[in-house]
Amino acid sequence: MGLGKVFDIAGTALSAQSIRLNTVASNMANANSISSTPNGVYRSRQPVFSAIMDNSLSGDNTSVGVRVVDIVEKQGDVNKVFDPGNPRADASGFVYQSNVNIIEEMTNMISASRSYQNNIEVMNTAKQLMLATLRLGE
Amino acid sequence: MPISFNAALGSHEQALQLRAERMQVLASNIANAETPGYKAKDFNFAEALKQATGKQTTGNGVRMQTTQAGHMSAQGTTSMGAEMQYRVPMQPTIDGNSVDIQQERAKFSENAVAYQTTLKILNGKFKGMMGALKGE
Repeated sequence: MGLGKVFDIAGTALSAQSIRLNTVASNMANANSISSTPNGVYRSRQPVFSAIMDNSLSGDNTSVGVRVVDIVEKQGDVNKVFDPGNPRADASGFVYQSNVNIIEEMTNMISASRSYQNNIEVMNTAKQLMLATLRLGE
Repeated sequence: MPISFNAALGSHEQALQLRAERMQVLASNIANAETPGYKAKDFNFAEALKQATGKQTTGNGVRMQTTQAGHMSAQGTTSMGAEMQYRVPMQPTIDGNSVDIQQERAKFSENAVAYQTTLKILNGKFKGMMGALKGE
């Protein structure tokens, strides 16, 4: 029955989007983290989505779910700030700030929550149709 | 005269199954709305129904020939034999994803309403049969 698989497919999307929301929360929480070395600084984490192509959900490749295959750290230079009064400042008085971009994270959060709601909607519709099918012939 | 379920229900049974399959395909498009490189898929419902009810044996598209047992069809088919097709995107995206979420949501809703319509028709048929059996 095709409707049952709709739950599986939307379910994979829900868990992928919630991982994305988790990384956003982690990035926002660490937006102001500092470090005394450029390597030790917190870098923004981003999930990598990929379609599940191994036939486990549908038996064929016509409908596929989604999963997070990797979480990558955003590369690039981190901010170096002169703050000699900071207890974590290095020998020359510099601290290193994380490369989290708050605006990017906020838009990411809105996008993830909209996608989550979309998939909830899909599940609700499938549930209603399944219940209606169960009442067939009454 | 015996009651034949097949004759009484007509093509609505296949239509319901195809609607459920299309729902699955559209759900996977919505689930992969943000997957890089994912291409939105769908099938032509009218063609698939014709094929499922045996009114037409082959689709009218160009297809790859399978001459060996190991050959696979190029597009892939659902379990009801509906031929999958890729959607033509309205505008290209930088990550190669061709899902237009508004379009998919609209098609999903339309498909859900059509499912309920088919269900209503089937319900009516069953009611009619029950009425005939009871003779009330």
